[in-house]
Amino acid sequence: MEKGKGIRKIVVPGELIKEVGKPGNGVFVEKGKMYSAYLGIVETRAGYVNVIPLSGCYIPKKGDKVIGKIIDIAPMNWVVDINAPYYAPLHVNDVPWHVDFGYTARYLSIGDVILAKVSNVNDLGQVWVTMKEQGLRKLEGGHLIKISPFKVPRVIGRGGSMIQMLKEYTGCRIYVGQNGMIWISGSPEGIITVIKAIRMIENEAHTYGLTDRIKAFLEKERGEENGN
Amino acid sequence: MGIKSDIRLIDDNGLRIDGRLPNQLRPIKMEVGVLERADGSAYIEWGGNKIITAVYGPREAYPKHVQEAEKAIVRARYSMAPFSVDERKRPGPDRRAVELSKVISEALESVIFVEKYPRTSIDVYIEVLQADAGTRVAGITVASLALADAGIPMRDLIVGCAAGKIDGVVVLDLNKEEDNFGEADVPMAILPRTKEIALLQMDGDMSYDELKTAMDMAMEAAQTIYKMQIEALKKKYTEVV
Repeated sequence: MEKGKGIRKIVVPGELIKEVGKPGNGVFVEKGKMYSAYLGIVETRAGYVNVIPLSGCYIPKKGDKVIGKIIDIAPMNWVVDINAPYYAPLHVNDVPWHVDFGYTARYLSIGDVILAKVSNVNDLGQVWVTMKEQGLRKLEGGHLIKISPFKVPRVIGRGGSMIQMLKEYTGCRIYVGQNGMIWISGSPEGIITVIKAIRMIENEAHTYGLTDRIKAFLEKERGEENGN
Repeated sequence: MGIKSDIRLIDDNGLRIDGRLPNQLRPIKMEVGVLERADGSAYIEWGGNKIITAVYGPREAYPKHVQEAEKAIVRARYSMAPFSVDERKRPGPDRRAVELSKVISEALESVIFVEKYPRTSIDVYIEVLQADAGTRVAGITVASLALADAGIPMRDLIVGCAAGKIDGVVVLDLNKEEDNFGEADVPMAILPRTKEIALLQMDGDMSYDELKTAMDMAMEAAQTIYKMQIEALKKKYTEVV
């Protein structure tokens, strides 16, 4: 990543990609030439040319930590909305509690937010999630926002730098799911600042020098909070 | 189409009633990302046409029996607002809207990588707020922008463009008067990169040679519109900072 201002190169669907390399994600080959399948930015990594979409829905991958919302309850499972094209069932065997048949609603009810892991995905696109792993739990209270899943890496930042900065400046607890759902808990002012900062990251994800601008923004916001 | 009248659609200088040359398009303005809650959206002003489009999905297709195990289904809905035409149009789908929804769905499906999202539906809502002939081609043009904005993988953008015949002359992009009193109207949807045709209809009659001229004209204009589409898509992201 280069320093300073500027915008990465944007391609539209069907645009010829001039970069050389093997075709990676988000590109397709026709008559030996590479074209972009998405409205996105071109990136070359490890000899592969990828197009990273600027928007779109989350495609579940096995092992992803996601934040989901319970949308339905059945005697043996819950149905979780993980912001993907498909809803994901959460079976009673996949939760850290012992649940008797038919008592699912005692543990998780509709509207509850959970931190879960994608345990399996098949070719048909069916997804299963699990909560049986350390750190996976129900998220009580807090605020939930949605961003494009392709912008999650920018919100987290290199080595978690961006998210660490957000936490430090606002004192909020933040969880970012790979599916673009973000859970924030803390003081109301802190939450508002975090949401503003995340929206800023979302809108400017394809530009250079973003961390510095977010830092300046957070410093300004904190200054206002202290009445300076 | 075919209404007898003594209106002269082309004057002695060869200009049309709105002062355009035979191969000239009406002014076009496009904007991407106009709706907050939709996954993708776009707006177009094409001459007197004003159309807004929203895209939702891919999302699980309901009712369940419409799902297809191997691919996504594309459901476009073309609808005209009651106030979009001179005389109030009865709201709701009529014969024409059902037909256009079908042909637009099929045209859009031809560019989308539907096999990437089995069992889902991609819903495209095309609302005509103001109509002035050529709404189906403008609708296709703007729907492709909304699809790109929604992050749906596509082989190409898709461009709609119409040509026709008025007073015995083959012309591009008919307006309302020319559509009503002209001889033929040929709406087309074109994939600008490969120059493939995704939709071709004809209302009225023309000779084979005239049809070929009309198609060539639309093909040429499609490249111009394609450039505008790219510009509109890139503009959303370059104006941020």
